[in-house]
Amino acid sequence: MNIIVLVKQTFDTEEKIVVEQGSVVEDGVKFVINPYDEYAVEQAIQIRDEAGGKVTVVSVGPERAAEALRTALAMGADEAVLINDSRIGHDEHSVAMALHAFVSQEPYDLILGGNFSVDNGAGQVAVRLAKLLSIPHTSSITKLDIAAGSAVAHRDAEGDLETVELPLPALFTAQQGLNEPRYPSLQGIMKAKKKPFRELSLDDLNLDAGTVAPRTERKDLQLPPARQAGKMISGEPAEQAQELFRLLRTEAKVI
Amino acid sequence: MSKTFLVVAETRGGSLRQVSFETISAARSAGGADTTVAAVLLGAATDAFVNELTQYGADRVYTVAHADLEHYNPQAYFAALQTVVQTVQPDAIFFGHTAIGKDLAPQFSAELGAGQISDITAIEVDDSGQALFTRPIYAGKVLEKKAFTALPWIVTVRPNNIAPLAIDATRTAAAEAIAYPEPSLQTIIRDVVRNTSGKIDLSEAKVIISGGRGVRSADGFKPLEELAAVLGGAVGASRGACDAGYCDYALQIGQTGKVVTPELYIACGISGAIQHVAGMSSSRVIIAINKDPEAPIFKIADYGIVGDLFEVVPLLTEQFKLALQP
Repeated sequence: MNIIVLVKQTFDTEEKIVVEQGSVVEDGVKFVINPYDEYAVEQAIQIRDEAGGKVTVVSVGPERAAEALRTALAMGADEAVLINDSRIGHDEHSVAMALHAFVSQEPYDLILGGNFSVDNGAGQVAVRLAKLLSIPHTSSITKLDIAAGSAVAHRDAEGDLETVELPLPALFTAQQGLNEPRYPSLQGIMKAKKKPFRELSLDDLNLDAGTVAPRTERKDLQLPPARQAGKMISGEPAEQAQELFRLLRTEAKVI
Repeated sequence: MSKTFLVVAETRGGSLRQVSFETISAARSAGGADTTVAAVLLGAATDAFVNELTQYGADRVYTVAHADLEHYNPQAYFAALQTVVQTVQPDAIFFGHTAIGKDLAPQFSAELGAGQISDITAIEVDDSGQALFTRPIYAGKVLEKKAFTALPWIVTVRPNNIAPLAIDATRTAAAEAIAYPEPSLQTIIRDVVRNTSGKIDLSEAKVIISGGRGVRSADGFKPLEELAAVLGGAVGASRGACDAGYCDYALQIGQTGKVVTPELYIACGISGAIQHVAGMSSSRVIIAINKDPEAPIFKIADYGIVGDLFEVVPLLTEQFKLALQP
């Protein structure tokens, strides 16, 4: 079983965001594997441990993204690929085209990714990739069973639970609840240093800049207006409840 | 030449979803008055909804009805919508940022080699006539404005943010039924369990009552559920409550989990970690109930009560019950 896992490096979710000159400041920020991609890595490792084969983690990103791939190797992935080229646009179309060029030249039975990234949160790249590869997919899965060339997955659709069956090769995106990602062990971290790690450019993928040119552009980036602390309501619980109700009706006018 | 924008409408529980009306409105704002806004509805039976889509602003309504479309199937829905797209040749396709829209939109983006701007909450057209789409990123910690550099456009619209157009009962529109292409399907939907029957989806809820570690157990959510029932709202949770096993991850609100923008958000026993606040700070009115007067949640709440949620929440429920009695 050859499994490819799509990984993005993102800000830790506890990080505050600072915007300077239209960009998010990265200095001093803690980066992690996108939490949803972490479920995908864990699932891939579990499937490989059961069925045999190889887990390849791939990321499109700058040099710093190598650290996320090293973490995935330390968790137990077998090989890592970083597609790093400044000509790749900051756009889901661009990233999906770059991944498509790479995945097309690799053997694969299963592709796993996260449901969305906690930074841009567009949730497009994995589904785009499935379409570009002409393979079936199921997004937002909370369970995955693989047997005899086909897969049965549970999909979380706004709280509804769908049971979906599809043949391999196929692509899945992980939703919270799929598994409990492991922490890399010290031994895993040591082993990771010796695992194959490739860095690829557009030229390595036989892509020209036009193919990965973006279809959208950022025009502005701003922090939302800060919320101010409001009124504290004091008194006995019964008085507090009464006063809150009054304020909601007469001042906030939400009821 | 006038443009045509296609809006993909959805039903849930036998009615059109509110987000579909909001998406028609979004397409109209982005395209301007001379744009033809066509709605399309896919499903097992679609005829009953044509008039309502028209009254909410659709100039044309396309329908594709087939048993394969009763539940969402990525391949069946793609094939059905593809037929409509080939007929209409739209300059833009708008979806709700829903379980279906999130899955279907990127398939068309890839198929058409198109740009997609996801999860938008506002649209403005600048002096040069360019449409700018606002989307919260980092779960709302930052607001990004994006524009397309090429046609066609693909857009998904976050529920609860763009006001629908005023309903106009006198409007009429041409309706056209398009035949389902009957593709061979590799993906089979074996079973659908509706966990949400009778419950309101978090992303579309106008009122959310949310619980954190302070609820202390799964049973601790009961008073929150009672308050939600009285207010016609939904129950959410912080990561702390989910990680502690008090509730299902489907309820989680935050940077991991769902981002919500209700009219009223009541945070009960939630401290207000950055990753939670990111997911709810765009709510119109926020109430915090927490024992700890130092809890960071009070810094962003419009109204704060330092107290025991198990005392305060049932009292609130009583207040609302009395007031909202018919």
